[in-house]
Amino acid sequence: MNSISGAANRKGGALEVDNYNGLYKHRLNFYQQAPLLEVSLEEFESWAIDRLKILAEIEASQVRNRPFNDTKAVIKSQSAKLLSLSTNYTRTATLEAERKKDHVSHYVLRLAFCRSEELRRRFVKAETTLFRIRFDDATTAEKNAFLHSMKSSQSSKVDWEEVDDVEKESLRPFLISSNPGIAIKPAEFEKELYYKVKWTQVPELVERRRVFLKQGYAYVPMREQTSLILNSFSSQLQQALEFTAKALPRLDEDSRLLPVLSHLSLSFLAGLSSEAFDPASFNSDRKISAESIDMLAKKHFPMCMRSLHDRLQNTHHLKHFGRLQYTLFLKGIGLSVDEAIVFWRKSYGANISDDKFNKEYRYNIRHSFGLEGGRKSYPPRSCQKIITQDQPGPQDNHGCPFRHFSLDHLVPSLRATYGITDTNDLNEITGAVKAQHFHVACTRVFEITHANKGVRKGDGLGGGESVNHPNRYFERSLELSGEAQAEPMTVDGA
Amino acid sequence: MNSSDLSHLDDASNPHVTRAYYERLYPFKQMYQFYNGDIVPTRQFTNREFAFTVKDDIYLRYLSFSTWDDWKKETLRLNPSRFEIGAVYTARPRDKKSLAPSAFKTKERELVFDIDMTDYDDIRTCAAGKDICQQCWGFVVAAMRVLDTVLRQDFGYKHLLWVFSGRRGIHCWVSDPAARALTDEQRKALVGYIEVVRGGAHQAKKVHISQNLPKGAPWHPALTRSYEDLQACFKDTVLEQQDAFRDDAGWRTLLTLLPDPVIAKELTDRWTAQPGLNSHRKFDMVRASIKKSTVAEHIWNSALREVVLQYVYPRIDTEVSKHQNHLLKAPFCIHPGTGKVCVPVDVSHAEDFDPSRVPTIGQLLRELESLPAVAGADTALDWSKTSLAPYITMLEKESEQIMAETRRVKREANSRSLDF
Repeated sequence: MNSISGAANRKGGALEVDNYNGLYKHRLNFYQQAPLLEVSLEEFESWAIDRLKILAEIEASQVRNRPFNDTKAVIKSQSAKLLSLSTNYTRTATLEAERKKDHVSHYVLRLAFCRSEELRRRFVKAETTLFRIRFDDATTAEKNAFLHSMKSSQSSKVDWEEVDDVEKESLRPFLISSNPGIAIKPAEFEKELYYKVKWTQVPELVERRRVFLKQGYAYVPMREQTSLILNSFSSQLQQALEFTAKALPRLDEDSRLLPVLSHLSLSFLAGLSSEAFDPASFNSDRKISAESIDMLAKKHFPMCMRSLHDRLQNTHHLKHFGRLQYTLFLKGIGLSVDEAIVFWRKSYGANISDDKFNKEYRYNIRHSFGLEGGRKSYPPRSCQKIITQDQPGPQDNHGCPFRHFSLDHLVPSLRATYGITDTNDLNEITGAVKAQHFHVACTRVFEITHANKGVRKGDGLGGGESVNHPNRYFERSLELSGEAQAEPMTVDGA
Repeated sequence: MNSSDLSHLDDASNPHVTRAYYERLYPFKQMYQFYNGDIVPTRQFTNREFAFTVKDDIYLRYLSFSTWDDWKKETLRLNPSRFEIGAVYTARPRDKKSLAPSAFKTKERELVFDIDMTDYDDIRTCAAGKDICQQCWGFVVAAMRVLDTVLRQDFGYKHLLWVFSGRRGIHCWVSDPAARALTDEQRKALVGYIEVVRGGAHQAKKVHISQNLPKGAPWHPALTRSYEDLQACFKDTVLEQQDAFRDDAGWRTLLTLLPDPVIAKELTDRWTAQPGLNSHRKFDMVRASIKKSTVAEHIWNSALREVVLQYVYPRIDTEVSKHQNHLLKAPFCIHPGTGKVCVPVDVSHAEDFDPSRVPTIGQLLRELESLPAVAGADTALDWSKTSLAPYITMLEKESEQIMAETRRVKREANSRSLDF
């Protein structure tokens, strides 16, 4: 069994997992107890990756200043696919499996993200937002049951004092007028339950003047409890992560987990989830001919590929990593190996002899298709790989333009290749680049260039998804153009 | 000795003058106790950042000292024109260069506030610019009162030291352990709670409270309390002393803040015809026109309350308060422009404080010169014979209280640890 309970406080307390009927009592989870379950290595990684995709989407939403309600809608639709959590009322058979996955994936990511201050900070922020979305989504009954369980559980570090009736009555006018929601319906005051906490636990409510303050204590009405809960959620997660970071070196861990963990955290730093684009989902039936590439490039290619394509057409040459990145991408969009050879031969033109081409380049192309050497079929490179690996050297053209172009080169390129001239748009893109959110910048370009197809700001690749794979960008663009359905994709083809 | 021979002592930029001040008057020991909170040096002092402004405006950051004696020696050696005090770090600031960035983080810091008359320039009619007079001191007093009440009543802080900034502002140091421990996020929240006057020079209406609340909701009790406390000050300072709406520009600003453009137009016509009306009369005329207006009375009432806040509510420099690592000029420094000492102000008698009568460096050094010279006498207590004495006593009193609290906390911790 993989012991992933390194961070667990084994000292006691009842597990959230009910061992008898194997059910998590609540949909919401404060993750105070580590899962003591058997998990296969594959699940260990794939569950974590699913959760990571959600967290990456949350981060992207934050960077793009999406209002909370929009973020919530986006995350809910993504969660339905990747990490769904049903309510207690839907008695589906998968209920337990869903909650187990949620629980385990959270703890796996804790291990992956406890290692640096930066990772911890971002992880806490994204997880807190996820919790907020779920809490917001829960019904009042669910919330109350969850809160009740938290207060009764000994392990929880929540210290809120309920305000007794005498004190509540003595502060009546102040409590009523300090919260606008209650102030306009004073009758609700009688029903309202107040908690007294140190004001530092609810900074957000204090900042917006939504609570009454007295001698350093905030009187928080039940209806504003979200802030209170989120604050204790994030502070206890922060503490747990620091604790985990200290425990990690002593973790009796076998060498199977560490590579997985470091891969996960690396993906998150690149702002992406690791295998966001499933190579199996290519439209492998599609046949694309060498001739149509130029047309497709102008219409549907993301900037990284567009710049490689233009470079190749202008200079009739690309260096090794540029060729690799581009070949794999073309393979992903449906170019067969024969067409690929035709395409590259033509693009290299008279620069080199047939002999030289056959000797030096044909092999490489066939190798990329898994027909030579180790015969391994390489998937098209994801944004994460393009951004973090094989950094371009002085003569190279590959990489991610948003990551590897300087700003004074990027802006003219955007103007020239995509015709983006609006200053606001350009500022937004360069703003994202400066904040090192390259995928956000790329997504914005997609939105701008597909505005005539009805893509609005914030839509991304549909449903608010950010660009995380050049092939995803291409597929979506093609889909929007309506050409995907039309058979004549094979026009000039074999 | 003829006092005119000593006029060079007024020159605060003269290195000999400042050195003499640091040597003989600056209360290093009392300051050390204030920031250290204990008799023996703690991290509160040894890991504290100091920043000196030395000759030619060179700014030296990340200085730190192990004892107050050490601090005094360095101050005499570098002879700064002024110096600032920053945060307590996780390590000694002077070792910063040899530390990994992750090992050098801010840990604690007094909560500080800075109110500067410059931010009031658009509403004060007296000496605009660098000077302050007894008239505009009224704004400062009002600001101090409001802030003092908020910090004590709402946030429960006890150790507040108010310090005159030497020219036209006031600083506040909140030294409660709970306040020192606030994170940047919490500081930002606290500032958001306090801040009411927002918006730059190109925005006439700077206070928006009711419009951010649901229709018909009352103001937060803290704002209502501030408003009630400020009414008198609005009457005395703005309407009476400053007569802020007498001039054309002044009353035109007032009219832009009213909720009904029809009334504003009508008053414009009447006031242009009668240029001599004073602010009292004008404000009464505004009140009187509420009945004629088509705009609901409660909108008028909140608009007029917002006018009062716009004119007299504290305008704090929020950036100073939001960050742990922000530096603030140390109390008892000399303001290089005015030569005045940055002395503490007793908030309960703030209206009696006259910024023009604050002791200057020249005056203090002359007082020292006129002391009878006794051979072999101890000069360490010379300060107590100058007009700086009452201010240093105030600092001492504040430090005493802080140290008493530290002792109490220590005692409690000790009794707990012995309690097996």
